[in-house]
Amino acid sequence: MQLFVFICAALMILIGAVGVIVRSHPVHAALSLVLTLFGVAVLFVAQDAHFLAAVQVIVYAGAIVVLFLFVIMLLGVDRAESLRIDPVKVQRPLAVIVGLGLFGLIGGAILEGRKTLIRRGTGLETATEVSHDSNIKQLANDLFSNHVFAFEVTSVLLVIAVVGTVLLARRPGKSGAVASAEELASSATAGKPS
Amino acid sequence: MLAIDSLVTKLGIATVLIVLLKMLIVFAVGLVVTMFMVWFERKIVAGMQNRTGPNKAGPFGLLQTLADGMKLIFKEGLMPDRADSTVFRLAPYLAFVPAFLVWTVIPLGGDFANGKDGSIKIFGHRTFVQLADPPVGVLLLLALSGIAVYGIMLAGWSSGSKYPLLGSVRASAQMVSYEAALGLSIASVLLISGTLSTHGIVTGQSSISKWSVIATGVVPFVIFMIAGTAELNRPPFDLVEAEQELVGGFNTEYSAFSFALFFLAEFMNTVTMSGVIVTLFFGGPQPITIHIGSFDYGGWLPFGPLSGTVWFIAKVLVFLYVYVWLRGTLPRLRYDQLMNLGWKVLIPASLGWFLLLAAQRVASDNDWNKWWVSGISLVVLALCAGLLMTAVRVSAKNREREGAMF
Repeated sequence: MQLFVFICAALMILIGAVGVIVRSHPVHAALSLVLTLFGVAVLFVAQDAHFLAAVQVIVYAGAIVVLFLFVIMLLGVDRAESLRIDPVKVQRPLAVIVGLGLFGLIGGAILEGRKTLIRRGTGLETATEVSHDSNIKQLANDLFSNHVFAFEVTSVLLVIAVVGTVLLARRPGKSGAVASAEELASSATAGKPS
Repeated sequence: MLAIDSLVTKLGIATVLIVLLKMLIVFAVGLVVTMFMVWFERKIVAGMQNRTGPNKAGPFGLLQTLADGMKLIFKEGLMPDRADSTVFRLAPYLAFVPAFLVWTVIPLGGDFANGKDGSIKIFGHRTFVQLADPPVGVLLLLALSGIAVYGIMLAGWSSGSKYPLLGSVRASAQMVSYEAALGLSIASVLLISGTLSTHGIVTGQSSISKWSVIATGVVPFVIFMIAGTAELNRPPFDLVEAEQELVGGFNTEYSAFSFALFFLAEFMNTVTMSGVIVTLFFGGPQPITIHIGSFDYGGWLPFGPLSGTVWFIAKVLVFLYVYVWLRGTLPRLRYDQLMNLGWKVLIPASLGWFLLLAAQRVASDNDWNKWWVSGISLVVLALCAGLLMTAVRVSAKNREREGAMF
């Protein structure tokens, strides 16, 4: 049963991953990515990590890829790209080198960590045995006590990203991009500025 | 096998049969309920508008939906020239399947009278009256509503036509925005119930004072109701298919069976959303118990093992009526009003209320003075609300001065 589930999920992941690269249409590529994400979610469920599976679907499939599609639709870049033209000359050789390097690193890591990888984690093993919610309770304890600093820093990072995006997207106004405090105060007291 | 049914320990032929039977029942009931929901909505709206509504097919026009469905199935399916054929065919199923899957985690009945845990016996096996009780129950609902966006979005895009595209761009923006408020109001319920499983949430609400709607202080319920209506794209949030502006919205180019699937998904979503509201806030199939003085009513109904289902249906009907009522009375919002309501009112309000409930929880865990904690957290929340409003006002002023962005 385990093996059957794994084969199905792995096929989903691989077909999706290949699809992301091979499909020339951006929307089709994004949909292939969704297939991959679902495959990963299935693998999570097979490993009793139900919460991770749910979050995987909610965040990645439900929000991030939806935003990808949203941008593709809004900007109208929904036409097939020609692969003949290479915008940056060094891009392709660099991509090959980085790809091979990544493959080597992951392969090395798997070979090196073979002994630890076949043993299931002690935490996860007991995760669903005590009660329905012990999985999520363990995760929460870990995230909000042991790693609370990293967690908070990540949220600050996200806020910085949002502020940066807003700044970048702002059109430099006629009277300068950022209004000074006096200007604000004067316009607030003067009512509607023309 | 924990994921399928928490009461099942050994996988035997009887358990498989029970699960299959449940699936069959949920599927059939889901379709029939949706059929009657269409009739119900048309009849009520007709009543509100001084019309008769469907009255020709079957008694009281009950079979009108069946007739419409038959017509749609036998019609010719058309596909626009510039449509993306694969995605165009796929989209209706992406809308329909999540709508159906929500049924799997909603507790549809069971024996809850006098504080029982809601399990019933079939063929000598104890089981819950719900298809599955996964450990992530409620999160599954959020995931499915996240997936449902795809159906609408891709339908509009793949049609290769501008009005459907506009409709689907609106839809995706709206649904993604309101999902945040939806999730935050669910989080308040989870804070009270302390579990993610839908069955656990229902078991915890064993009397009216323990219903989440009261235990969380009504605000999350109101937010959930508004955000849920927006998530369903129902009036007054139906900008997705604003007939006056977009012909028919995302499904303009669809006909025949694929249109029927969208139609079905929309009404099924209404029914399941009512079911979710009842499950999360109103105790699901829990009976309404009354204890006044010597009068003691434990929620007994003369329907045997079906009593829970009867309670559930009664509560769901109330919300179905409310949804139709909203549709019959409220005018459609403008797009900027919709986004303002979502981002500047609902999300901050639900987040603030969630923090308030969390502070209460910490106070009761540590035996702090409840009134002091509530007072201080209210003051902090008021300060934050003031800051937010100032920020919104200043940015609105700036925008006005700099002119339109696009």
